[in-house]
Amino acid sequence: MKKFLSLLLACLFLATFVACNKEQKTDESEAGNEVTEDVVTQPEQEAAEEAETPATAEEELDLAGKTAVMITDEGGINDESFNQSAWNGMERLEQELGIKVSFIESHKDAEYIPNLELAVDQGNDLVWGIGFLVKTALTEVAHDYPEQLFGLIDDVFEEGEVPNAVGVEFAAEQSSFLVGYIAGMMTKTDKIGIVIGAEFPTMFRFRYGFEAGINYAAKELGKEIEFLYNNIETFSDTAKAKATAQQMYHSGADIVFQCAGLAGSGVIEAAKELDQWAIGVDLDQNSLAPDNVLTSALKNVDVAIFEISKRILSGEELGGQNVLFGIKDNGVGIAPSSDKHVPAEILEKVDQLIELIKADEIQVPYSEELYNEFMAGLK
Amino acid sequence: MLNVIFLGIAISLMYAAPLCFTALGGVITQRAGVDNIGLEGMMAFGAFAAAASAYFSNNPWLGFLIGALAGGILALVHGFIAITLKGDQTISGIAINFIGLGLAIFFTRILFNGMASTDALQRKLPKVFQSLGFNFEKYPALRALEIDITVVLAIVAVFIVNFVLYKTVYGLRLRACGEHPAAADTMGVSVSKIRYSAVFLSGIFAGFGGGAMTLAVISHFTPTVISGQGFIALAAVIFGNWRPIGAALACLLFGFAQALAVLLSSYTAIPTQILATLPYILTLLVLILFVGRSVPPKANGQPYFKGEA
Repeated sequence: MKKFLSLLLACLFLATFVACNKEQKTDESEAGNEVTEDVVTQPEQEAAEEAETPATAEEELDLAGKTAVMITDEGGINDESFNQSAWNGMERLEQELGIKVSFIESHKDAEYIPNLELAVDQGNDLVWGIGFLVKTALTEVAHDYPEQLFGLIDDVFEEGEVPNAVGVEFAAEQSSFLVGYIAGMMTKTDKIGIVIGAEFPTMFRFRYGFEAGINYAAKELGKEIEFLYNNIETFSDTAKAKATAQQMYHSGADIVFQCAGLAGSGVIEAAKELDQWAIGVDLDQNSLAPDNVLTSALKNVDVAIFEISKRILSGEELGGQNVLFGIKDNGVGIAPSSDKHVPAEILEKVDQLIELIKADEIQVPYSEELYNEFMAGLK
Repeated sequence: MLNVIFLGIAISLMYAAPLCFTALGGVITQRAGVDNIGLEGMMAFGAFAAAASAYFSNNPWLGFLIGALAGGILALVHGFIAITLKGDQTISGIAINFIGLGLAIFFTRILFNGMASTDALQRKLPKVFQSLGFNFEKYPALRALEIDITVVLAIVAVFIVNFVLYKTVYGLRLRACGEHPAAADTMGVSVSKIRYSAVFLSGIFAGFGGGAMTLAVISHFTPTVISGQGFIALAAVIFGNWRPIGAALACLLFGFAQALAVLLSSYTAIPTQILATLPYILTLLVLILFVGRSVPPKANGQPYFKGEA
C-alpha cells in the first residue's frame, strides 16, 4: 500500500513538473507570438493609413475581421440603460461593418480589472469600458498595456493622461435643456423640480441644462418658474428618491426630472401615485408609467460606440483625447414617446431649439459658472 | 407646516414598513436560537417573487403571499444548513445573501426578456385612505398623510408576533429553544422542529418586507430595490433588544431619521452629504444614549447537539 502511495505521489510530482514546464513553454511561445504580432501590425497600420486616402468603401472592407469587446459595469448587459444601449451599438458594428464584437459582464467592482485584462489577452483591437464606474480600473490596465487601444463611455480623462484610451462624454445638458423647456412650457403650478443622485460634473450637466431650459421657457412665456433642486446622494435607494419627489409634489411642483439611475424609479412612482408628471433619463422611461412620464432625456450610447469604434478602427488617432457627443451627432436627444403627452406646437418649438443648438446659437450651460453667464445673457 | 409634518410621518412609515416586517422575522429566528444574517437575500428574493407573480397574475395580494413564500423557501435552505447539518450560520447567511439577489436577477432575466428589472405592475397594493373612499377634496392637507396598506399590516404583524411570542405555548417553547435548548429538549420539546418553524417564519416575514418594497413603495423589481434594508432590520433586532415592539420602534426611528434627512435637505441649506449620514448617526446616538445593555438570547447562533448540556 505504502509503495503504491509513494509511487502515486512520485507520478504526481513528475506530472506537475511537466505541466509547469509546458506552461512556461507556452508562455514563451505566446510572448514570441506577441512580438511577431507587433511586427505584423505595424505594416498593417501603414497599409490602413495608405488605404485612408482612397474611397471609403475600401476603408470599410478593411474593418471586417477587426475585433472589439465591451466590459459592462455592475448593471450587466441587459440593464435597460447604457450597457444595453452600448451593446446595441456593438451589434450594429458587426452587422454593418463586419467587425467581430463580444462582451464581458462585470457584476462587482473587483471584476473590472480581471475582465479588462481578459479582454486584452483575447487580442481585441479595441476594448470598451462602459460607465464611469470602470474608469479607475481602465486607467490602470491601459497603463499596463500601452499597445492596446481602449475606450471609455461616460467619463473623460485628463488631457494626455492615458495616451492609448479615448474618453467619450455626452452633452447631457443639451437634452436636459430640451426637457427643461418642455417642462417650463407645460407647468401649471410654475414650480419644477429635479432629483439627482450625486453631485459631480457629469450630473451638473443635467442640472444646469435643465434649469437653463426652464428659464428659457419662462422668459418666452414672460413668467417666473420656481426651481426645486435636491441631491439624494444615492443611485439605489428608491424609497429616498420617492420621498424626495413626494416632498416636491406636495410643495406644489407638478413636474420632476429624475437623474438618479435605478433609484429614480421612485420619482416616477411618486408621480404615478399623485398623478403628476415625471421626466425620465437615459432611456425612454415612458413604459414605467405611461400616463405620467412626460418625456425622457436620452443618452444614445449606441451611436457613440458605433461612431467612435469606426473611427478608431479605421486608424484615426484618438488616444489620449476626449470626445463629446451632443445633439449634433445624435448622441443625446428627447424620447420618441414625447408626442404622447407634449402638444405638437411645443414639440415644433423643440425642433427649432434643436436647430439653434446645432448651429451653436444657443450654448447650453453645463456648469454653475456657464449657467450664470447664460442667465445674464437671457435677461 | 401641517403639510410638512404629515409628509414627514408618511415618509417615516413608508420607510419603516418593509424594515419592520423583516425585523420581526429576525426577532423570531434569533429568539429560537438561529442567527439569520441572510435576511437581505430573502428580502431580495421575496421582492422579486412578489413583483413577478403580481405582474403575471395581475393580483398584488397573491404576489404579496407568493413573495412571502419565496422568502420562506430560501429560509429553509438556511434552516437545513444551520439546524440539520449544524453548519456555521454566519457563512450560510452570507451565502443566502448572494444567492437571494442572484436568483432574483437570474429569474427576472428569464421571465422578462433578459432584463434585470421586471416590467411595471398594472395594479399595486392599495393605499389606505384611497381604498376607504376618503375625500381629499375636503381635507387636502391629509393627502400628504396617505400611506400604503403594508404600513397597517406591519403594525398588526408586530402585535400578533408579540402576542405569539409571549402569550402562547408555541412562543414559550420558541424562546426556550433560544435560551436553553437542552432544557427545552428534556421537557419534550423538539428543538429542531421549533427552530425550523422559526427560520421558516423569518423567511416569510423577510419576503413580506421585500414584497412591501416592490408592491407598495415602488411597483416593479429592480436589482437595487433591496440594498441594505435586510441589514438595517438586523440592526433593529438588536437595537430593539430582541423584542417585536422594540424592533418595530427601532425601524420607525430609522424611518423618521430618513424622513428628517429628506425634509431637511428640502427646507434648509445643510449639505446633503451630511444629511445622508443622518439616519445612521441618529441611530447610533440613540443606541448609545437611550438603550440599555441589550441581552441576546443565550443560545443564539449555536447549533444544538442532542445530549450535550
